[in-house]
Amino acid sequence: MNIKLNRRHFVELCAGSTAALGLSLIKLPEFETLFAQAIKEIPVIWIQGSGDNGCSVSVLNAIPPTIQDLLLTDVVPGSHVSMRFHPTIMASQGELAEKALHDTEALGGYVMVMEGGIPTKDGGIYSTLFETSNNEPIPLIDTVVRVGRGAIAAVAIGTCACSGGISRTPPNPGGVKGLSEVLKDAGVTTPVINIPGCPPHPDWFVLTVADLLTSGDPGSIEVDKDLRPLKFYGKLIHDQCPRRGNFAAGQFAKKYGDPECMYELGCKGPVTHADCNDRLWNNKTKWCVEAGTICIGCAELDFPIFKNAVGDLNALHLPVDMTKSLDKTALGIAGAVGVGTVAFAAARALSKDKSGSGH
Amino acid sequence: MAKIVIDPISRIEGHLKIEVVVENGVVKDAHSSGTLFRGFEIFMKGHHPLDAQHYTQRICGVCPVSHGVTSVLNLDSALGVAGQIPDNGRIIRNLIQGANYVQSHILHFYHLAALDYVDVTAAADYTGNDLGLLKVKKFIERALSANDLAMLGPFWPRYEGDYRLSKAVNQKATADYVKALDMRRLAHEMATIFFGRIPHGPGLTAGGVTQGPTDLNIEQFRTKLKILRDFTDNVYIPDVIAVAEAYSDHFDQGFGCGKVLSYGVFDLDSNADLTKRRRVLPNGVADANLNLTAFNPQFITEDVKYGWFDSSSGHPSGTDTIDNHNKSGAYSWLKAPRYNGEVHEVGPLPRVLVAYLAGDPTVQQMVNDTLGHFGAGPSALFSTLGRHAARALECKIVADAMDKWLDELKVGDPWNVPIEIPDSAEGMGLWEAPRGALGHWISIKNGVIDRYQCVVPSTWNCSPRDDRDQPGAIEQSLIGAKVRDEENPFEVVRIVRAFDPCLACAVHLVRPNGDTIGEYRIA
Repeated sequence: MNIKLNRRHFVELCAGSTAALGLSLIKLPEFETLFAQAIKEIPVIWIQGSGDNGCSVSVLNAIPPTIQDLLLTDVVPGSHVSMRFHPTIMASQGELAEKALHDTEALGGYVMVMEGGIPTKDGGIYSTLFETSNNEPIPLIDTVVRVGRGAIAAVAIGTCACSGGISRTPPNPGGVKGLSEVLKDAGVTTPVINIPGCPPHPDWFVLTVADLLTSGDPGSIEVDKDLRPLKFYGKLIHDQCPRRGNFAAGQFAKKYGDPECMYELGCKGPVTHADCNDRLWNNKTKWCVEAGTICIGCAELDFPIFKNAVGDLNALHLPVDMTKSLDKTALGIAGAVGVGTVAFAAARALSKDKSGSGH
Repeated sequence: MAKIVIDPISRIEGHLKIEVVVENGVVKDAHSSGTLFRGFEIFMKGHHPLDAQHYTQRICGVCPVSHGVTSVLNLDSALGVAGQIPDNGRIIRNLIQGANYVQSHILHFYHLAALDYVDVTAAADYTGNDLGLLKVKKFIERALSANDLAMLGPFWPRYEGDYRLSKAVNQKATADYVKALDMRRLAHEMATIFFGRIPHGPGLTAGGVTQGPTDLNIEQFRTKLKILRDFTDNVYIPDVIAVAEAYSDHFDQGFGCGKVLSYGVFDLDSNADLTKRRRVLPNGVADANLNLTAFNPQFITEDVKYGWFDSSSGHPSGTDTIDNHNKSGAYSWLKAPRYNGEVHEVGPLPRVLVAYLAGDPTVQQMVNDTLGHFGAGPSALFSTLGRHAARALECKIVADAMDKWLDELKVGDPWNVPIEIPDSAEGMGLWEAPRGALGHWISIKNGVIDRYQCVVPSTWNCSPRDDRDQPGAIEQSLIGAKVRDEENPFEVVRIVRAFDPCLACAVHLVRPNGDTIGEYRIA
């Protein structure tokens, strides 16, 4: 685009923005010719609930496409994401920010991103955002349902937004739920795509957004029963793990840093669907197992509460119950041998006198 | 009554509401209230002690490493191995934490705070060839050509008026904003080398870390660190100084409570007594009159008079967390931590000041040089700009130290020690997150967590009033602030953001008419 921009015009355009926020403003002659060019532009409203902003921070780590592509240029050629409301990065605050959100809602055609779980107990008073004209705090759930109803698609980023995640650990004092459940309870039919992970790999989110932009149709993204894109969550960590051979051979690590399979130390690879071992984290630097430690299963909607081999409240470092897993594939090449191995390993791990796990 | 409601304040982490009463352009009263309750302390009960580090990292996605390290320090002490952490384990913990400090400080200045000072629209008539700046220019042109300013999100809308930098400085700072996105990502890659991934890495454990040093990961770390040190020295610190030059009146804004607290961070030995460990940034208590006193963890208490809790006030090792959002008179989901009964600020300013007063020559020279540039001494740290300056200098202190730590790693030596979970034990972990003093306390019974309490930095800084009705640190820093334009209360958000709160906030400006001061809505 070759524009001779006059800064004075721009400043005029910007002046008094509070009065003319986000609406069609002054027509500048030099831009008239460009108005005809259709610009593909997907507005995004990003809401944060019961969570820790770790998903936003993870998305900042995207490469490629980078966060600069996401915010400033294009994620796929010619398709732009326009971040209209994002509490962590937006310049605006207060009324300006609230108005930006309302204007985007009025515009329609936007995508909602939900980060964090949604407290529902006692009308959702455990998380509030904005206020009524009488200074009454507005429960976050009210905004989530309203924004969700008007969205063309919703993306739940992170396990908290998908199922409540860490934020809904029993006894779940805030009654936290995931987005799809909250929308369903409210009778909202907006399609939801789940991108779990604590946090999710930035690719899982950014490339899903790219798919949405390319197809323009959330229905074109193949998902599993948990609404996760199969492209990223289609395989078990366990089946792709470099230590898979140790498992089959019954060779188990005794402490972090040992080279063998870490099933006995509580690795959740056998029940976790993700592609971390291929994709690697933080610009292909490393992944959890490569750092000498377990997969804690953060990409599963069950996270952090898995059934362990004795069915108690699970400790992340205790062996997971594989024998009752829906995923018989996890038991691997020779199912019966696998079950035997697991039962044996679990029994050994649990009979240990509370020592030896994880060091 | 004219009222301006600012809800939420953005560009901070979490959920916080701040109410400010303004009279004749001066803040007369301020209330800070957390608007999200998560209940970590409640749901960790009954869990296996070793799970604590994974759970507590999820308290904060910006500084998970701090919770991870504090949690393993806490477990080290409960499991009786605090005095046995191998040097490799101690140093790798420092390196992971140091990488996250650098990430967090760069993120804070450029991506959270800078938009209150820097006018990114200056990119619109940029004529040079900086790629990042050209991206911003095209971005602006696209919105203008569509005649739709909403397309300027997330940089639009914003407060208008008080942007004072020259066009050249605005353009440079905008270019650096874009560059800093790469830099903070690089700092995260650096942490991942030892941490496994970030946010929420698995690489820490009671007794040490989960992987040892190799020649390869030491070199990878050093290569990335070199780029980050270069950026800190030649871009970050100069940008902070350039902003401070244009906004020098902000050395007179946001003084605060005048008392600071540091637990100390970055271990130089593995003394079994955490409070006696030598640390790069030492523990201590100081004030604006430059007095330094010894730190005693027994003096830490949490008050709950104005928090939505039914639990009692007291030392964190002996208190619970019982929520009650109908509690009369309460206005926050935060407790009010106090030291020796007094309000104390935590964060980079306290850490740098304590190190300065403890006689650290490097810190003294840095502070004297930087503040001397403005004709001020170390007491100028107690201000909006002083907090930014302290953070930038600390970024350099930590980045420089990391280069030396890499030389101290010994490939082939152990990086952790065996541990056993006792039936019952008590533990304490004291450390510093980028945002300030962080404490974890654990009580183990029957081999599981019976009680886990965390006192986090933003609870200190953003606390509500305490049992004696003393306002918290941010509340005090706002009272007396001059607000020139109530439609665009830059000063208020600059004061709040200089603390780098880990909470998303809402600010209310209320002109007093006799019926609002001291009365708070009960949700």
